[in-house]
Amino acid sequence: MNTEPGRVTLGQLFRGFCLIGLSGFGGVMPWARRYLVERYRWLSPAEFATLLGLCQVMPGPNVMNLAITIGARFQGWRGALVAPLGMMLAPMLIVLAFGLAYLHYGELAPVRAMLRGISAVGAGLILATGLKMLFDYRRQAVAMALVALIFGAVAWLRLPLLPVVALLLPAGILVALLGRR
Amino acid sequence: MPTLGELVLHFALLSLLAFGGGNATLPEMHRLVVEQNHWMSSATFSELFAVAQAAPGPNVLVVSLIGLHLAGIPGFLAVTAAFCLPSSVLMYGFSHWWVRAGDAPWRQAVQAAVGPMAVGLVLASGWLMAGTVAWPGQYLLLLLVAATVGLVLILPWNPLWWIAAGALLGLGGFV
Repeated sequence: MNTEPGRVTLGQLFRGFCLIGLSGFGGVMPWARRYLVERYRWLSPAEFATLLGLCQVMPGPNVMNLAITIGARFQGWRGALVAPLGMMLAPMLIVLAFGLAYLHYGELAPVRAMLRGISAVGAGLILATGLKMLFDYRRQAVAMALVALIFGAVAWLRLPLLPVVALLLPAGILVALLGRR
Repeated sequence: MPTLGELVLHFALLSLLAFGGGNATLPEMHRLVVEQNHWMSSATFSELFAVAQAAPGPNVLVVSLIGLHLAGIPGFLAVTAAFCLPSSVLMYGFSHWWVRAGDAPWRQAVQAAVGPMAVGLVLASGWLMAGTVAWPGQYLLLLLVAATVGLVLILPWNPLWWIAAGALLGLGGFV
């Protein structure tokens, strides 16, 4: 697929990521694939998979990382600014309106009841995402052990994230390097 | 209540620890704003989480809402920027390097370590939110969490429908 710089303009990047940002509830990553690969054909399926791998290795919001890499690929630093801005602008305004409404009406019983139901579904959506991710590692004992260690440290022991990452990330990299020999 | 500078510092650090994306940092944010500093109640935290779920857009927006609740519109903007900028700058600087590394052993080792770490963090996040939502003794809400997990894994529907169903179940007084 043709990924030469300049093939996708700044305006196209802004509009494209604007639509991606607005189309998803409970995360927009599945929609990013649908738009970028199938509808706009900016990336081939293989390219999308490679970039997704990179965005998941780096810390930070995954779709924002994706917008930055794709923006940079087609339009350099300008694209790396325009694509994530396009994705965030409208959802931020909407969530700001929702947030302000919550500050004013959050005490009302029907609002609280509705949010209670949504928060339970939201927790379920995250757990389902985690289980889908876990499924890919089902035959890898070392990876499963690392998942269990992180989960135990954060969910059960409630340890601060900084020491957990600072300890387990280098340990995981070391084990992976030693395992290759 | 925290100062804006304090918030920016905390969330800028969190940005660099956010393996697995915005939602994966919910346990650390809960630890920071609820357990350690008592800036908001656990119930408010899960309500803000729900408000973010009800809006379209990337998962990271829950961070913006926490900023809004703690420091108004300046907090909304400052916390969003603090959470997005450090990781974005890192990403921009790092991506060329990563593509050039090809199949280098160190790159595969980093991938082999970060992948499972993200999975563990996302699972911990879902676990903590389920606990926050259903604590104490809200067994019907726990049932709704479990039903959502089961349905999402079986049916490839748009999550919007599950969120709407959750809203209706709550509104109808079923959970």
